[in-house]
Amino acid sequence: MSEGHSTYTPRTGIERWFDARLPLPRLVHDSFIVYPVPRNLNYAYTFGGILTVMLASQIVTGVVLAMHYTPDTGLAFNSVEKIMRDVNSGWLLRSLHSNGASFFFIAVYIHICRGLYYGSYKSPRELLWVLGCTNLLLMMATAFIGYVLPWGQMSFWGATVITSFFSAIPLVGEWIQQLLLGGFAVDNPTLNRFFALHYLLPFLLAGVVTLHIWALHVVGQNNPTGIEVKSTTDVVDFTPYATVKDAFGIIVFLFFFAYFVFYLPNFLGHPDNYTIANPLKTPAHIVPEWYFLPFYAILRAITFNVGPIDSKLGGVFAMFSSIAVLFLVPWLDTSKVRSAVYRPWYKVFFWLFVADVLFLGWLGSQPAEGVYVTMSQLATLYYFAFFILVMPLLGLIETPRRMPHSITEAVLEKRATSVKAEE
Amino acid sequence: MADLSEPETGTDEHTLLAEAPASVEVDVASLTPGMSLVVQWRGKPVVVRNRTEQEMKDGEAVKLADLKDPIARNANLPADAPATDANRTTPGKEALLVMVQVCTHLGCIPLGQEGDFGGWLCPCHGSQYDTAGRIRKGPAPENMAVPVFQFTSDTKIRLG
Ligand code: HEM
Ligand code: FES
Repeated sequence: MSEGHSTYTPRTGIERWFDARLPLPRLVHDSFIVYPVPRNLNYAYTFGGILTVMLASQIVTGVVLAMHYTPDTGLAFNSVEKIMRDVNSGWLLRSLHSNGASFFFIAVYIHICRGLYYGSYKSPRELLWVLGCTNLLLMMATAFIGYVLPWGQMSFWGATVITSFFSAIPLVGEWIQQLLLGGFAVDNPTLNRFFALHYLLPFLLAGVVTLHIWALHVVGQNNPTGIEVKSTTDVVDFTPYATVKDAFGIIVFLFFFAYFVFYLPNFLGHPDNYTIANPLKTPAHIVPEWYFLPFYAILRAITFNVGPIDSKLGGVFAMFSSIAVLFLVPWLDTSKVRSAVYRPWYKVFFWLFVADVLFLGWLGSQPAEGVYVTMSQLATLYYFAFFILVMPLLGLIETPRRMPHSITEAVLEKRATSVKAEE
Repeated sequence: MADLSEPETGTDEHTLLAEAPASVEVDVASLTPGMSLVVQWRGKPVVVRNRTEQEMKDGEAVKLADLKDPIARNANLPADAPATDANRTTPGKEALLVMVQVCTHLGCIPLGQEGDFGGWLCPCHGSQYDTAGRIRKGPAPENMAVPVFQFTSDTKIRLG
């Protein structure tokens, strides 16, 4: 789609002056105004825009919070309390930022599921997908590190557990862990480097997001049929069509966000994080933030040794693999058909996978005892089987449904059936 | 470890931490059976538990073959000493278990006298230790460590 040459014609003198020196107006015109998008995009496609808004919001609220926050083990907790009580609108900033992280993850998970359902990772969008997975990884690192900053009990013990992951790596593990901590345990040097990284990573994220959108604009958007754009009747202009739809999606999403920010500001948090960090006492029920729970359940599911790999390394390996496997999806799925709309069996396995991840999330919030462990093990098994068995094998044996020849045909067919239904 | 951490400016309980010296004297005279005390040693909690008759019996009854980690992990014994109940304690002082109370999985502090084996239960990912602090169930790979220590008198222990 990028091949199509620019239709931009500078109209005023200033526009002409810029166009000859730095064609920024041309870039905006070509990328966000006349850029062609498939005419059948649904609301699942508005989450990219929503994610961009959330990233901007996190950066703006974060930078202002940083003006009032002190990264010192003796002062951090109190400085956050000061933000909550004394700083003008500080409560609002912090509520926006901490709930913003949660809503950022809600959006990214829906965005990823959209990709998995409509096969958006398939050629030629492999790199687009891999960049997206990199974004997820950066988001996770940023959110984990940010959660350490208020220096509550969950901050401290979350940091202890997560940095210990690295000690499971043979030979270099301990060294990496000490490098992360700046010592042998979570302490002031840890908090200082975490604050520096928490400031840095979102800007790296913004950089990778730019690459992600660039790649998107080279290959064009996928759509619910998974059929490539073939003619001009398949597309509409980005503005006003996608702009308005995205704006509406963003507003609805922000309604939900605002509800939490103003009415349930601590609902997604944990009360133990309002107790200052105590290195001598682990809270009785330690859980990570909700958006890490499925991965936490996978970590805890490996309670057994596998040959030379002990349960600790095994758990850490399984947990990292659960993210790593996402990067490989473009090469694991062997189906020639992109969209689950035309894949009757994939659809079933996909929804089972979604249910499985939600189930893992619930298990992650339960104590790691008795039946919960067994259930986590089964759910972990399906998590990996979906990627490693279902994706490669199903593509070879499944008979897809009949597909329309073009997006236009799909849209007209749908309209015809709905008109008939109304009669 | 103490040298690495910055002087604390906070007023809360962990101010004590930073000053932890390399060796610590512990008076265990007041520990009656069934009681534990925790001291801070090199930034880590070390528990001294005066085990009950029942706890000792339970610890001795365990067969080595049933242990996930068959090594004593006792810094006062050779590195390959087997994890018998006796090897987790000191000859003549079998009731007193001295142990770094840090989970060998990912570093949380297990809760005492909890779990299926009557020893320790880690709240983080559910590792369970028996009455001799040996890992029995869950993701932790090793028994909790017995630190270097010695009895300086009948009722005094020096750690380190
Ligand atoms: C990818 C974007 C970001 C995410 C996902 C994120 C996430 C988080 C999270 C989960 C917390 C803990 C909230 C709490 O419970 O109090 C936090 C705290 C914090 N973040 Fe961010 N953050 C992001 C960007 C930024 C940026 C760009 C800054 C700028 C310096 C920043 C500065 C802070 C500060 C100062 C705190 C501590 C104050 C507090 O806890 O409210 N964040 N962040
Ligand atoms: S840290 Fe104790 S079970 Fe994981």
